[in-house]
Amino acid sequence: MITEAKSGHPGGSLSAVEILTVLYWDVMRHDPKNPTWADRDRFILGKGHAAPVLYSVMAEQGYTPTETLNTLRRLGSIYQGHPDRRFIPSLEASTGSLGQGLSVGLGMALAARLDSSPARIYVMLGDGEIQEGQIWEAAMFGAFHKMDNIVAIVDYNKIQLDGFVKDIMDLEPLAAKWRAFGWHAIELDGHNIPAVQAAFAEASGTKGKPTVLIAHTVKGKGVSFMENNPKYHGVAPTKEERELAFQELA
Amino acid sequence: MAANTKFELKTGAATREAFGKALVELGRENKDIVVCDADLSKSTMVHHFAKEFPDRFFSCGIAEANMVAIGAGLASSGKIPFVASFSAFVLNKGFEQLRVTVAYPNVNVKVVGTHSGISIGEDGPSQMSIEDLNLACALPGFTVISPSDAASMAAFVKLAAAHDGPVFLRAGRPKVPVIYDADFQFEIGKAIQLLPGSDITLIAHGLMVAESIRAAEILEAEGISARVLDMPTIKPLDEDAISRAAGETGAIVVSEEHLSDGGLGVRVAQTVSLSHPCVMEFVGIENTYAESGTPEDVLRKYGMTAENVAAAARRALKRKR
Repeated sequence: MITEAKSGHPGGSLSAVEILTVLYWDVMRHDPKNPTWADRDRFILGKGHAAPVLYSVMAEQGYTPTETLNTLRRLGSIYQGHPDRRFIPSLEASTGSLGQGLSVGLGMALAARLDSSPARIYVMLGDGEIQEGQIWEAAMFGAFHKMDNIVAIVDYNKIQLDGFVKDIMDLEPLAAKWRAFGWHAIELDGHNIPAVQAAFAEASGTKGKPTVLIAHTVKGKGVSFMENNPKYHGVAPTKEERELAFQELA
Repeated sequence: MAANTKFELKTGAATREAFGKALVELGRENKDIVVCDADLSKSTMVHHFAKEFPDRFFSCGIAEANMVAIGAGLASSGKIPFVASFSAFVLNKGFEQLRVTVAYPNVNVKVVGTHSGISIGEDGPSQMSIEDLNLACALPGFTVISPSDAASMAAFVKLAAAHDGPVFLRAGRPKVPVIYDADFQFEIGKAIQLLPGSDITLIAHGLMVAESIRAAEILEAEGISARVLDMPTIKPLDEDAISRAAGETGAIVVSEEHLSDGGLGVRVAQTVSLSHPCVMEFVGIENTYAESGTPEDVLRKYGMTAENVAAAARRALKRKR
């Protein structure tokens, strides 16, 4: 998709594959045939630039067509550069400007609580994204209001646009920060499917406070020349690179 | 349509008080009404709602950006959130969130900015809101409303809740004159002709409506017949009322407690230029921040009085001839 679009964000999409797969196939209560079901669990991609992984998962689930995934970023495509509810109404939020998805998710979590709905809210955040101050406003809010029906997932792939997170604005000690804000923090390997499943189960069992999964991941996971390479934050692979990547991922 | 023909302009409640009370009534009628506050509930008057509906009132702390996006999430799940703070804070600190989480996906959030304009007085420019209408009108899909008295605010709170889409409602701190009877029927997007007139039209919103009525009385004594239009809806504009005023009176003064470089005036001018171009004058804050003082002193120093409106009308009429 990204090669065809000649632009996009492959690295941060590949780091989130296992987490989104576990969420959409194992964890979330949702129904692609009934996307407006009031009690559905909801997913928000705070790091909206990883739209390709979300589009792939939603298409595989039957929310949107798989045949047109390669129209990513083209005029008129429902697969806009960043998730856009105007084109895909089954998206829970339009994202792309970093730092806002967790707050929106908390609003949904409040509504679910008011309605005595079992709906749970999942928000994926980029590691660079949580440098935004609004994330920490939201973190305070979530703990203060004891929002145990929301789970934040930090896709901690250690790389942002300009380089390594530790060189741009270090986040450490990250788990301690979330715990200090009153969240239940679980650190895990975000590519280890049983570990991801176990973390979501632990989140569901955590009462009286919100949970954050700090998922240690590898940017560009599965493609040797992309792994841990800041270049592939926002650069499309060439056709030759795409063929090589497909061979490695297969 | 005329509301009245003679005005005594007795002092009534502040529009923020009317907002707070109307919100409670609305809460009783509709359980989906919820409120988000950023530590100003006693000033924005949403504390009345908090007292009666504690489960539907969400304290966000002094964190406006988060508050606006929380509102977007509540609205996305079917609630009708009223997100309130001082206008200066909710629009400036929450603007990016209003843009990306409210306007762009077009979710049903009602944003209420109180203590607008410069009439907050003593607190000074950091708390004053003279850019808010520019910001709100810049957001595609937003309906922007600035009521002129308590009765119109009460009505517009309910109309805003019934309207499907984002709304910005502008309220003020000081008590303002009574212009309407409690049962007057308002409509979003409709101006109200308060006084008939044929020589010039005085258009205003907020507390400048009462000043425009007083200005019309000053002008009447000089033999000038001034039509007065209250234009509570800044967006979408009542283009018919504006083009009629331009065509029938040939001169327009727009007065507002806002930067004249924006707000209602420039929007009216755009409509006038597309319908019946005519002479126009603008009464607003001129490319500056104001200062501390009593509301009366600040309003006077920065040109927000009936005499300023009347002077602008005389200038316009000179150019009309």
